[in-house]
Amino acid sequence: MSKDKTYSELTVWLLAVRDHRDRAAFGDMFDFLAPRLKGFIIRCGARPALAEEIVQDVMLTIWRKAAMFDPHKAQASAWIYQIARNRHIDIIRKESRPVPDELGEDPGAEPDASQILALEQEALHLKQAIQQLHPDQKEMIEKAYIGDLTHQEISTQTGLPLGTVKSRIRLGLGRLRKELKGLR
Amino acid sequence: MPAITHHIPDPMIAAYASGSLPHAYSMVVASHLSYCRDCQAALGAHQAVGGALLETSACAALTQDAKPKLMAQLDAPAAPEPVYDAAGIYPGPVMQSLKGRPLRWKTLGMGVKQDILFEDAAGSARLLYIPAGQAVPDHSHNGLELTLVLQGSFSDETGRFGVGDVEIGDEDLDHTPVADPGDPCICLAATDAPLRFKALMPRLLQPLFRI
Repeated sequence: MSKDKTYSELTVWLLAVRDHRDRAAFGDMFDFLAPRLKGFIIRCGARPALAEEIVQDVMLTIWRKAAMFDPHKAQASAWIYQIARNRHIDIIRKESRPVPDELGEDPGAEPDASQILALEQEALHLKQAIQQLHPDQKEMIEKAYIGDLTHQEISTQTGLPLGTVKSRIRLGLGRLRKELKGLR
Repeated sequence: MPAITHHIPDPMIAAYASGSLPHAYSMVVASHLSYCRDCQAALGAHQAVGGALLETSACAALTQDAKPKLMAQLDAPAAPEPVYDAAGIYPGPVMQSLKGRPLRWKTLGMGVKQDILFEDAAGSARLLYIPAGQAVPDHSHNGLELTLVLQGSFSDETGRFGVGDVEIGDEDLDHTPVADPGDPCICLAATDAPLRFKALMPRLLQPLFRI
């Protein structure tokens, strides 16, 4: 299949789970995703045992909600990121996060395969840009996106002055923004 | 879809995506996103950054039985989750927070009514009902206030706010919103601190009405 060459592994697995309830694909996705999710959630401040519980919950949510994944609208990794943040917060706060209503298709835009490819390209460029960031910048951006933390809390935790934190986040985001037209 | 002119600032959308925004504000952000394609696109961008960070995240090994335990759960029936969809003028996030209960409007005087939807140490969210032509009592803010219009419109010193528009008020904003002629104005408002009313009576009533 030609789509295997152009879609990321994650997208291919997720579509196989969505369309065919493919357990082997889900198992492969688990092997790739679960350790990254666990590392990610631990760096959000969760203890390893809780982190593993959240990983299991997130993976089960992916299996159950795969039908809602639409590659025209979001990259697989972005869709999974939001599930991971939502489940983590719901479990900790015991209060469901408010989730926006779905908006229908933009009347001007017919969904087509080129949209999926554009999102896939964007995801690839973003990953490359993140890997090229200065380690300081990457750490700060990670904390902003994975930590349940405000800039002030990041500053308290790292001992860096708030101005330094903000400028590192800004510099890092500036590098990423070039890769991502939607980021204002 | 209404033409929206007052949006959520980008850093607040990032904080919503990452989950660092207090719950009361998240209700307003999610409600605004329910009207606004532009802000949904901005959310998508932040989710893409989050997703890329997740994919490049350092790994932590799982315990050995994690995978077989999970695979064994795949066929277990999921407990049905209640679904609260948008209804009438109220977007999904408002219905989610009502959890199926009917609205309980409490009179604040001069025809103004409120229904407190959520309250915790970090802030509160409420629905406000303001009859056409009526002013919300003159007030300024201790902290950050987000006000999203769900029906009708209001105007104040800074402009006009229609359905889907969100006004962001802070310590510096000393304003008098007045509901425009037409339908009563219904808003979703989130604050992190009690509003300070200038008139004496409303201030005395503040503890009573928790506004």
